[in-house]
Amino acid sequence: MLEIHNLNARVEGADILRNLSLSVKPGEVHAIMGPNGAGKSTLGNVLSGRPGYEVTSGEVLFNSKNLLELEIEERAREGLFLAFQYPVEIPGVTNMEFLKASVDARRKHLGLPDLSSFDFMKLARETSKKVSLDPAFLKRGVNEGFSGGEKKRNEIMQMMLLEPNLCILDETDSGLDIDALQVVAAGVNAMRDGKRSFIVVTHYQRLLDYIVPDFVHVLAAGRIVKTGGKDLALELEAKGYAWLEDEGA
Amino acid sequence: MTEQVENLIRKDYSAGFHTNIESDTLKPGLDEGVVRFISAKKEEPEWMLEWRLKAFRAWQEMEEPTWAHVHYPTINFQALSYYSAPKSMADKPKSLAEVDPELLDMYAKLGIPLHEQEALAGVAVDAVIDSVSVVTTYRAKLEEAGVIFCPISEAIKRFPELVRKYLGTVVPQKDNFYAALNSAVFSDGSFVYIPKGTRCPMELSTYFRINEMNTGQFERTLIVADEGSYVSYLEGCTAPMRDENQLHAAVVELVALDDAQIKYSTVQNWYPGDKEGKGGIYNFVTKRGICHRNARISWTQVETGSAITWKYPSCILKGDNSVGEFYSVALTNNFQQADTGTKMIHIGKNTRSTIVAKGISAGRSQSAYRGLVRINAGAEGARNYTQCDSLLIGDRCGAHTFPYIESKNSSAQIEHEATTSKVSDDQLFLCQQRGLDAEKAVSMIVNGFCREVFKELPMEFAVEAGKLLEVSLEGSVG
Repeated sequence: MLEIHNLNARVEGADILRNLSLSVKPGEVHAIMGPNGAGKSTLGNVLSGRPGYEVTSGEVLFNSKNLLELEIEERAREGLFLAFQYPVEIPGVTNMEFLKASVDARRKHLGLPDLSSFDFMKLARETSKKVSLDPAFLKRGVNEGFSGGEKKRNEIMQMMLLEPNLCILDETDSGLDIDALQVVAAGVNAMRDGKRSFIVVTHYQRLLDYIVPDFVHVLAAGRIVKTGGKDLALELEAKGYAWLEDEGA
Repeated sequence: MTEQVENLIRKDYSAGFHTNIESDTLKPGLDEGVVRFISAKKEEPEWMLEWRLKAFRAWQEMEEPTWAHVHYPTINFQALSYYSAPKSMADKPKSLAEVDPELLDMYAKLGIPLHEQEALAGVAVDAVIDSVSVVTTYRAKLEEAGVIFCPISEAIKRFPELVRKYLGTVVPQKDNFYAALNSAVFSDGSFVYIPKGTRCPMELSTYFRINEMNTGQFERTLIVADEGSYVSYLEGCTAPMRDENQLHAAVVELVALDDAQIKYSTVQNWYPGDKEGKGGIYNFVTKRGICHRNARISWTQVETGSAITWKYPSCILKGDNSVGEFYSVALTNNFQQADTGTKMIHIGKNTRSTIVAKGISAGRSQSAYRGLVRINAGAEGARNYTQCDSLLIGDRCGAHTFPYIESKNSSAQIEHEATTSKVSDDQLFLCQQRGLDAEKAVSMIVNGFCREVFKELPMEFAVEAGKLLEVSLEGSVG
């Protein structure tokens, strides 16, 4: 699914990722944890091709394709999805219109016919209910005037509609109350089908109570310094990150 | 983002082609003789010639205005030709079958529905090529309803009383430099009269097109909605590509008598010049309407073309309880410059006006909103709401706002809101991460920004406007 070999990346002249390697197989859930400034969000941004994130060396294969050669939208259509930490607003563009255009682009890439407006609306309404968003949100501008929790649930709704192969959740839990956290986690768990893979980037162990990972990686100073099972998250919760940063240095 | 924006904005002008139609063109220059020539060519009555000459003499005394936030080389008015008519007009085509096939072909390229489809669309088209109206369809059906919709040159001959009564009453000959020029040499345009209590049975539509090298075009449109009547008028424009700058100075006058309503929608897509700012239309337009008691005039415009735009569709709210509206989207790209807005003059009691202006600047373009809200002393209870939003794409363009508010009545309520925003890298990235290409993303973001104005457009125009923005923005993302 995803093979990262010795990835080095910089942002505004500073080296953030240093020789990072990671292998994600179909159906796996990988949690990336680590202290602030470790490069957790950078990983998601680099993989999705965000401008300003410069890859200096390394290789990334996604579905056996050279990911780093693809345009942002090609990566997305190929099935890479990034759930944003801070989803932006697009005033005046309705959620429905935005989602339809996104889903059309993905389906076209997969060689599938466009869904009719009627079928799409039906699907979108059903999906919005799964993340406890009133279908009225579909008629509103993208994230326009949404609360923090509504924006995050909107991200999960987009993820469900686009049916990606690899979902990267960038601190989706930040700023969520426990109810919203459960909705988000339930949405993710419902999408776990043994084929779809997840990279869950989080600062806290809390989210991993609901989305149980197969692997937990600790990122420090731009590289993975420790890998373990779900218990590692609990250990980190108890001991903090400092002991690992020393190890990584 | 800027570089990407740039690449997307760069796209050839799809309406850029030139059709070979033999033309009957007057050599460059302007004097009384030219005014007389035009009037004679159109077989006008004496009063019309006198009217033109009065305007010409006034124009000679006037100075070209320089207050607008636009910059262009001095126009040599003596280097322009003031009359041009397609030659095939000499044979006066009686039906579409007799029309020059090249002309029809050109309409086809522009997607103007001149055949049976338009009956289904419910649109009557009065097509103006350069200076002469060539084909007017569905006029008979309109006349059945008592509606007059014909070239103004024809109206001058067939309905002289109506034309004389209203022509120049909203935009006088001496109103401004360009209006005076237009009054002296206007070529053709449309005349509309809706009788008392009549709802015009279809939307009236005129497509203008500039097709001759170095010819100025000076349309004159007059719409009179008699008491209690309603009309929706659509104006759409596009011009072929060429190098020389072309002058365009139109005048549109609207008269809404007691309880009448006029909805005037424009999509303007004239050649904006190339990526280096070479060529393009100079568009100096005077559009104004007068509202009598309980009348309503709505101007809705989508302006994406022209190298220079100087245009302020306005409403004089003379009658009590009358309503003026202005909804505008002005998009500039590359080296285009637009100075556009409106004037709402509140004279009657309880008059209301709404202004929603959306300016989008991309490339190295400059876009300005200039608006005047004036409440006269007698305009008891007058209200105005103004919303003025600017959207910048890239970091080399500019947006400017010049709102003027004059109130002489303390009971008036005036609200003004203004915002400026940018298409952000984050918005663009969100769209691309969801699989949309940058071009589609920007067009979607811009369309969202314009939503409030687009919803005021007639349905078929709204679709066209959305497409037009998409085309005009190609190359604007970076």
